[in-house]
Amino acid sequence: MAQVSLRKVVKRFDDTEAVRGIDLDIADKEFVVLVGPSGCGKSTTLRMIAGLEEISAGEIAVDGEVVNDVPPKDRDMAMVFQNYALYPHMTVYENMSFGLRLKHYPKDEIARRVQEAARILDITELLERKPRQLSGGQRQRVAMGRAIVRNPKVFLFDEPLSNLDAKLRVQMRTEIKRVHQKVRTTTVYVTHDQIEAMTLADRVVVMNRGKIEQIGAPNDLYHAPATRFVAGFIGSPAMNLLPCRLEQTGDALRVRLSDDIVLPVPPSRVGRYRGYAGRDGLTFGLRPEHLTECKPNGDAQLGYVDAVLEVTEPMGMETLVFFRVNGLDVCARVSPNAGAREGAPMRLAASLDNMHLIDDATGRVI
Amino acid sequence: MVDAALQAPSAAVARRRGGFRRFMQRRSTIAFLMALPLILLIALLVIYPAFYSLHLATLNKSMERFVGLGNFAFLFKRETFWMVVQQSCIFAITAVIFKALIGFIVAHFVHNIPSKGQRKWRGMLLVPWVIPPAMSCLAWLWLFDPSYSAFNWLLALVGVDPVSWTGEPNWARASVILVNVWIGAPFFMIMYLAALKSVPEQLYEAAAIDGANWWQRMWYVTLPMMRNIMAITALFSLIVTFANFDIVRILTAGGPIDRTHVFATWAFWVGIQGNDIPLGASVSLFMVPILTVAAVFILRDINRRAGEMS
Amino acid sequence: MTAASLTTPATSARARKYGSMSRDRRWALRWSYVFLTLFAIFFLMPPVYMLITSLKTSAEISAATNPWWVQNPTLSNYTELLTSRMYLTFFLNSALVSVIVVTITMLISIPAAFALSRMRFWGSATLATGVFLTYLIPETLLFIPLFKMFALVNEHLGIQLINRWWVLLLLYPTLTVPFCTWIMIGYFASIPKELDEAALMDGANYRQILTRVFIPVALPGLIAATIFAFTVSWAQFLYPLAFTTSADQLVLPVGIITTLTKGDVFNWGQIMTGALLGAAPPLIIYAFLMDYYIAGLTAGATKG
Repeated sequence: MAQVSLRKVVKRFDDTEAVRGIDLDIADKEFVVLVGPSGCGKSTTLRMIAGLEEISAGEIAVDGEVVNDVPPKDRDMAMVFQNYALYPHMTVYENMSFGLRLKHYPKDEIARRVQEAARILDITELLERKPRQLSGGQRQRVAMGRAIVRNPKVFLFDEPLSNLDAKLRVQMRTEIKRVHQKVRTTTVYVTHDQIEAMTLADRVVVMNRGKIEQIGAPNDLYHAPATRFVAGFIGSPAMNLLPCRLEQTGDALRVRLSDDIVLPVPPSRVGRYRGYAGRDGLTFGLRPEHLTECKPNGDAQLGYVDAVLEVTEPMGMETLVFFRVNGLDVCARVSPNAGAREGAPMRLAASLDNMHLIDDATGRVI
Repeated sequence: MVDAALQAPSAAVARRRGGFRRFMQRRSTIAFLMALPLILLIALLVIYPAFYSLHLATLNKSMERFVGLGNFAFLFKRETFWMVVQQSCIFAITAVIFKALIGFIVAHFVHNIPSKGQRKWRGMLLVPWVIPPAMSCLAWLWLFDPSYSAFNWLLALVGVDPVSWTGEPNWARASVILVNVWIGAPFFMIMYLAALKSVPEQLYEAAAIDGANWWQRMWYVTLPMMRNIMAITALFSLIVTFANFDIVRILTAGGPIDRTHVFATWAFWVGIQGNDIPLGASVSLFMVPILTVAAVFILRDINRRAGEMS
Repeated sequence: MTAASLTTPATSARARKYGSMSRDRRWALRWSYVFLTLFAIFFLMPPVYMLITSLKTSAEISAATNPWWVQNPTLSNYTELLTSRMYLTFFLNSALVSVIVVTITMLISIPAAFALSRMRFWGSATLATGVFLTYLIPETLLFIPLFKMFALVNEHLGIQLINRWWVLLLLYPTLTVPFCTWIMIGYFASIPKELDEAALMDGANYRQILTRVFIPVALPGLIAATIFAFTVSWAQFLYPLAFTTSADQLVLPVGIITTLTKGDVFNWGQIMTGALLGAAPPLIIYAFLMDYYIAGLTAGATKG
């Protein structure tokens, strides 16, 4: 049983607040990812959970017991560092068994656990090697093995894949997910890469400047972002965010992006948005995949945008096209055979069921 | 026309190739010339004298006859000689152990305090090493003075009898070791501090999370990572301490009754003050085997560890 | 899980066992300062004592009052020494020797280090390790054969090498050059080779690369090596003791020991003053250039 709770956790460094009041409940066996840009406080939060940083205010509890004053060595947690932090003078076997040897576990028990972990991570033939003889991916697996062997209450990952090249990163992502399926331990994972967050997490915690922007399952965050920050952070390529005006004509609402571009608000949303009609300070959000080439049997909830394409990026399975509205870049995803050409005009269809409207004053999605 | 055109390029190529070779030669000769003063200095004033002393040790006192190992035979029969051997070894080993220990402990304390204050403390603690040993030995001589010792004055305050710091053989040996430790410990501290700083902080964090308390972290992380520096520092210090001259000479001049003589001071006494150069050379030479054995052991250890760490 | 359930009585009991992490850290810091102070007292006590004694008159010293405190401070020791021609000769000799030796050392070490670290020539690797190893041959082994060698040169070539202070100019470099070369090799080796190549492309020859690229970039190492060479030269005792005997040829360490400690009556006030003044130059350099000093020491170990 390892349930982790954070209550109003604050971390102050001299006169700056790196973490400004975090409330979070992590259920047993859950895989939670803390994601956000550099400096948002996610690593600091992780290190406070580990005990490597002191908590300035608030409480962290594991299984109901407050652990603020418990030193790291007694918290029964395991951590995988960004730089692996393997002991260079020990073999892989000794690295992985270090924690158990400190607690004087019997030798055969240690051997059994190490072999088991090595099997899960496919590093059995590396056990007698030293870290400097291993590649980056192998070192990462040894670091994970060291964590698994201890069978702790919580796994903590601090940007473990940042030092690997792109291809290896994708491989290791799958490894980590596979390991989590076999070894169902509560996990807190920190990364700045939102793709890692989306693919690995049961729930994602988006952080920005020391505060939590939104907590939710990956799909929820993707389709129903609560704030402008989350809307722009999650998803690659990023959501298009354009300042707009909301115009009311009779019972219907329209979104005006520029002098030439006006999009109808779907009837389902009209009720929600009506109160904001005629106001300034609104931003329109639409993901690139919801802005695509016109299809022959279009349905009613579509708006149309006539664009002059500036840049096209053929990706193979789709083509990204870029154009400008009022000086701001807009991205759309079209099929590779839609005939997109740089410099040529193209009519794009916006599926407005998936639109978002953001109140600039609060930063929240309406 | 065509011939000339064909010839010209090949001639140019030949010229270029010849010039290139000359350039290569010039490069290494320049390098050699640049290193020549160093080579000459070491060859003439270090290597040659070292071998020359071997030759000298085989001569008789007036340096006219060849006596082979006669000088050594003479030394082996002298009780003083064996005393000097024993004293030198004990002196060197004890002093180095204490210097390493104190250096290690102080380095840890300096490492623990916030970096802003470290510079100040480091500065204060390195002073003994900066002062010329001859000068500080005078200070210690005065501190140990039989009649006016400031230490004895303090001891008298708490009712302890005065100690004959340089007069009584065992105290004299202890005093010499103390002064050597005082002078040398800061060097160890600086070296160890640099080594401590080079251990990545994350290793300590990983060990803490793995469940290690402070002395387990020291044993499993700090010491192994520092082994290289510790070995090199110990080697240097062993050699320098073993061959030490200044401290014994100034503090006790080898006395009382030759109880604090080490190789260097006894060689000086015998060779220069006693006007028997070959005998003095023999005494000095005796340091070589002991130093070589120590050097080989430690270098072997360094090479082994260097292979592990990278 | 509500906030209330986080602090049940059982948890408070458990928390009390651990105490506060920040409090532990503060205690560790306090103990560190306590021990550091104790060690600082141990290390600084002799120089301080030198200072105290140097301010006392002979009368006060022989009166055997509290040795750790000056009742009637006086600068008479200082004025006597600083006006004594003999003492000033010692000082001058030391200064002259040290400065010249530093220059000689730099002139030998820098080109040698450049050659050994950058240029490959036959035997360069063995020479580099050789330089390191010669440092392991102590001066106490060499002084006797050198003495005899110089005496022989004296006999056969008539060049006076015994009892002249400029003999030391030959001897001191054997002590300073190996280590300085080693320091410089370390610093030069850490300069990326691309810098050489860029300079070569810009049309520089090797001498220009050395003077315009290497020396400026490796300046901290140079300063450290200079400081080391100066300190070692200034503090030398054995070589001058063996090779110089007349009072006007002596350098400071030998001068103080042999002249001021003549006979049975030691004028400790003057001796301590002399010693303190003799320790002053290295200390002053240290006070101003401490970081270079320490960098030079550790550079050898961490880069080697």
